[in-house]
Amino acid sequence: MIKITNGRLIDPANDLDTITDLYLDLGVVTAIGAQPAEFDDTTATTIDASGKIVCPGLIDLSVHLREPGYTHKASIASETKAAASAGITTVVCPPTTKPVIDSTAVAELIQDRANACGKAKVLPVGALSLDLQGEKLAPMSALANSGCIAFSNARATIGNSQALLRCLEYAATHDFLVIFNPQDNSLVANGVLHEGSTSTNMGLTGIPEAAETIEVARSLILIEQSGVRAHFGQLSCERSISMITQARSKGLPVTADVAIAHFFFTDENAKGFNSMFHLQPPLRSQLDRAGLLNALVTGEIQAICSDHQPHEEAAKHAPFAATEAGISGLETLLPLGLQLVEQGLIDLPQLIEKLTCAPAKILNIAAGSLAVGDSADITIFDQNHRWLLEHDSLVSAGKNTPLIGSELTGRVTHTLLAGHLVYSL
Amino acid sequence: MIESIDHNSSQLNASGQLKHFLTTEDLSATLLNEILDTANSFLDMSSQQVKKVPLLRGKTVVNLFFEPSTRTSSTFELAAKRLSADVLNLNISSSSTSKGESLKDTLMTLEAMHADMFVVRHPDSGAAHFIANQVTPNIAVINAGDGRHAHPTQAMLDMLTIKRCKGGFSGLVVAIVGDILHSRVARSQIHALRTLGVAEIRVIAPKTLIPKDIESMGVKVYTDMQQGIKDCDVVGMLRLQKERMNSALLPSESEFFKLYGLDSEKLKLAKPDAIVMHPGPINRGVEIESAVADGPQSTILQQVTNGIAVRMAVMSMAISGQLNSSVQRQYQ
Repeated sequence: MIKITNGRLIDPANDLDTITDLYLDLGVVTAIGAQPAEFDDTTATTIDASGKIVCPGLIDLSVHLREPGYTHKASIASETKAAASAGITTVVCPPTTKPVIDSTAVAELIQDRANACGKAKVLPVGALSLDLQGEKLAPMSALANSGCIAFSNARATIGNSQALLRCLEYAATHDFLVIFNPQDNSLVANGVLHEGSTSTNMGLTGIPEAAETIEVARSLILIEQSGVRAHFGQLSCERSISMITQARSKGLPVTADVAIAHFFFTDENAKGFNSMFHLQPPLRSQLDRAGLLNALVTGEIQAICSDHQPHEEAAKHAPFAATEAGISGLETLLPLGLQLVEQGLIDLPQLIEKLTCAPAKILNIAAGSLAVGDSADITIFDQNHRWLLEHDSLVSAGKNTPLIGSELTGRVTHTLLAGHLVYSL
Repeated sequence: MIESIDHNSSQLNASGQLKHFLTTEDLSATLLNEILDTANSFLDMSSQQVKKVPLLRGKTVVNLFFEPSTRTSSTFELAAKRLSADVLNLNISSSSTSKGESLKDTLMTLEAMHADMFVVRHPDSGAAHFIANQVTPNIAVINAGDGRHAHPTQAMLDMLTIKRCKGGFSGLVVAIVGDILHSRVARSQIHALRTLGVAEIRVIAPKTLIPKDIESMGVKVYTDMQQGIKDCDVVGMLRLQKERMNSALLPSESEFFKLYGLDSEKLKLAKPDAIVMHPGPINRGVEIESAVADGPQSTILQQVTNGIAVRMAVMSMAISGQLNSSVQRQYQ
């Protein structure tokens, strides 16, 4: 039995924002406010949350765990531990492991290892096509039975429109969610930075905006035709959002998320060839960033994720174009989100919604809510705690973040997964 | 706080002297002119009987070429030798990298040899910046060309050529013609020309060879060579790599030559005293007609001579900038 006292409970799923006590037992929320009669104070653990925020455990829609296949970068153990320290209780893992998640064995292996670690719930995304090759259908039904929450071909976009349509129709048959990371790889070619004045000046091969928007347009047409449930993950261009918004206004039930780094940085941050700003999709222009922030305010972007991509040191230690793309983002997700609140763009309940019940709704899972009877996945954080992000204090095996050395505000003090304390500061 | 992060590596020491030479971007006109003046004095010297000065005596210069080059590599070697340095030439493109040795490991190995200067050519943009950030303080890094990003000594030898032919930069109209997209030379020329204050910089090429938003670098874009070359004082031609035909950028060499190659007819549209530059090696009949390349307006051979002087200038300046910054470090 656990009692969380005097915290400000923000639970957007249940429209709650109040200072109260929370009672947990057997992994679920048993009461809010008044202590239930059967709650035994003498054996209960009490967490004093005075001055802190208590909210549902965060749900991160894109976390590369690197296992199996890339354990020189990170592992399920290291990254779920990092997630717990960042208040993230559910992580969605893309199919780009090696081997890819196109067999029940891989899907089960990932969940078994995650369960053994016990730090965060891991929801694998199955491959849409076998080996992400875009030729044959992956065994989606079997994968779903083995715990795959959605299907995606990640950035290995299926160029053959007929093959893609069939994948989508098959997924629609079973009402599976398909996640798109839109990217026309013939337009990406060997590009490493947003195509614009910065890439031109730096002599880096550009990735045009059209690499994303052309694929959003094609996907929207095929989504409409197949009737599949669809979500667009980690968009980078303002124009992508407006196309998706337009489709939604015509009744197409599509949603979108943005990786948090894209709200803060642009291609210009790469000046000086800092490989920490080598991301995929690339950081785009100031106009795109402004457009993404605006879409966040208007609600056209439903969820925010970390798009966590941990790397070993050597992967970022080379001339810009020779480095691997991605940012280690788990541990800065909440602090950066709080900065959006600090800037007055969204309020705190809206931020928490985009990190909890909104992604839960996209995935159609029972999480991101703290009503009586719900699983006690809970994050407690101190909104005003100022701390320095240091190389050695990062829990993730990936130290690849441009924010090392920055002072951040807001820190998780406790994380509970199904009523178990999996992290405390 | 978070948005102001900047990791730009500086090529200047605390006193504003050159300690590396990585790019012509963001350098002051004073510094660029200092390079040109220093090079000028070496140029006078190279016509004398004894061509050596002891400015780099006892110093070891490593020519580190990750990409094949004869001209640039040999002029750097000659420049270093005229400054009395010991020179080691390493062509790494085929040896270490194919064995999987990382750039960082190669650098560490070379540092153990106690080099004082790395002259670096590398196929990746930003490689010289990366190396300058990696090496221990007091090793100077000279960029001899990194990907499409910069080739600052080539740009400065072009500036020296312009200055010697035209007496200065103000009022000049300069056209750069050809494969702008892949050209580190063009980018470095544009930065230097802007800082030195020419009146107008034009780039001339088909749209497939013009990088996006190049106007932001302060140039005017022309896709018609006849219009672009009109009344120019300086015509800078760029080398066209043959592989561009295979990547759907151009239909054929002959069509390129017809539309963008510099022949006597097109050159007549420029000012009568216009000079024609080319970084070499030239593709006769592809980007330039033989009659023009060998004609009275061509400065191609003069550029080679100027190249040695410019490289001597930046090498001696960077070594003295390194010396001063190590003195500065000791006082701290």
